[in-house]
Amino acid sequence: MKHTLTSYFKVLHPGILSTVQDLGRYGQSHLGLTSGGPADMQAYLWANRLLNNPENCPVLEVNFGGLKLIATTATTIAVTGAKAPLTINGQVKEIWRSHHVNADDEIEIGYATEGCRVYLAVFEGFVVEPQFSSVSTVIREKVGGVNGEALKAEDVLFYKPTPRQTLYALKTKDIPRYENTLTLHVVTGYQYALFDRVELAKFFCNEYQVSAQCDRMGYRLNGPAIQSGISQLLSEGICKGAIQIPPDGQPIILSVDRQTIGGYPKLGSVLSLDLDLVMQANQGAKIHFEPISIHYAHTVLHLAKAKYAETKLIKVTQ
Amino acid sequence: MPELVHYPSIEVAGEGAVIVYLDKVASSATIKKISQLKYRIANALGDCVVELVPSYASLLVIFDPLKSDYYAVKKALVTLLDTTSEEVSNSSKIIELPVYYSLESGPDLERLASRSGLSIEEVIEIHQQTTYQVFAIGFAPGFAFLGEVDERIACPRLTSPRAKVAKGSVGIADRQTAIYPNVSPGGWNLIGLCPQTLFNPNESPYLTYQVGDSVKFKGISRAEFLGLGGQL
Repeated sequence: MKHTLTSYFKVLHPGILSTVQDLGRYGQSHLGLTSGGPADMQAYLWANRLLNNPENCPVLEVNFGGLKLIATTATTIAVTGAKAPLTINGQVKEIWRSHHVNADDEIEIGYATEGCRVYLAVFEGFVVEPQFSSVSTVIREKVGGVNGEALKAEDVLFYKPTPRQTLYALKTKDIPRYENTLTLHVVTGYQYALFDRVELAKFFCNEYQVSAQCDRMGYRLNGPAIQSGISQLLSEGICKGAIQIPPDGQPIILSVDRQTIGGYPKLGSVLSLDLDLVMQANQGAKIHFEPISIHYAHTVLHLAKAKYAETKLIKVTQ
Repeated sequence: MPELVHYPSIEVAGEGAVIVYLDKVASSATIKKISQLKYRIANALGDCVVELVPSYASLLVIFDPLKSDYYAVKKALVTLLDTTSEEVSNSSKIIELPVYYSLESGPDLERLASRSGLSIEEVIEIHQQTTYQVFAIGFAPGFAFLGEVDERIACPRLTSPRAKVAKGSVGIADRQTAIYPNVSPGGWNLIGLCPQTLFNPNESPYLTYQVGDSVKFKGISRAEFLGLGGQL
């Protein structure tokens, strides 16, 4: 790193899987590089917004928990996402708000009890050298973050000198809930029209469960098998949230670390706002699907954007 | 698959994604049209385009659904498709890549040859005769799917993939061939090694080829392979 920063966190415990993420890596699919980025975009955006950071500021995505950091200088952090015990020097702190941190403070995020991904942002973002225009870590590609890897003990995460900040919190009513039963809106598309109507009815009327194979790449579900009846498909571009139906008929929802192309039939894509909630779900969570039109999806996204812009944070004290 | 689709067809892919299918099958003419459409749509839509993913016979257009919408993107695509047919793409290159074909660098060469009823020399010769199209890049950073492989040396993937395939390995899977740009797991039949670095994440140009380019392989000796920096 070619900078002279002296403010940093040292990683005491890296947790199960903690990575640096920004909004994601775009315009690099010609190299076969996927987008990466936060698995739960909404929680990520709130973490930065609680600090008045620009949206693309690098944050830590702490999967499942178990992270412990020590600060060298004073700064301000914000923690959002899964419900997990946050402590600073052993003192319990609330999440979905910002906190002052002093030199030598130890920040600990325990294991998540509702949801599975916690976001920790720091004033003006972690200072990490971008690779292919993003710092988002995609471990499979060995790109982004700290050497393209998950955090390890002794890693150092730099931040900028931080003037005293006003602290903010999100109102309780605005904090997302991470439920174990979810209804996901699906923008129907890709090979949707080629699926048999009986198979589509099966997909949209039945309950699926999140299997053990669920990660940032995708969530494989268990439930009634769907037959696509499509045997040969040329590999094609996969967008975030795409639902693919492999030969065994068990749907896979593809997420931020998905491969950029693939050859399984797809019947559409999960609305991004719902995908954020899936990505907080654990094995065993119950999933229902509901088809929506592209028109409806556009409307919902604009409404969500307006609501996000209108949502007021509240000032809090230490 | 029902034959209901007329080409080109434009489908919704997601809330901010449209996919254009140029044809049912991949061909060099189609992939050239797709790479051309990619550049033209990038210009036409400007900064609402997030990502363009060409692959075989389709182009996925990912856009920002808060800056544009499906209807506008589809309209732009329809306009471009109506005027795209006659232009010739100048951007595609032919790239020649050296390959050391041998039993020591191609652990599946012998099995592939006997399966095909050909001699090892014939397999090597046939692999070099075709000028391949880059149909897609994906699976791993810098991994290019090249086609089509001569039917005589086509060979299905290994039933059990290798945990570790060496960097530069040249493989065949069905009627496709590829070079592994880095060490990775893989199930393709390996017939040789290319000493050239294809994907360098630290220096531009990061990747030797792009979708729509052509690739030819040229056999080299063991000494040439080592001289070019190849490692066994």
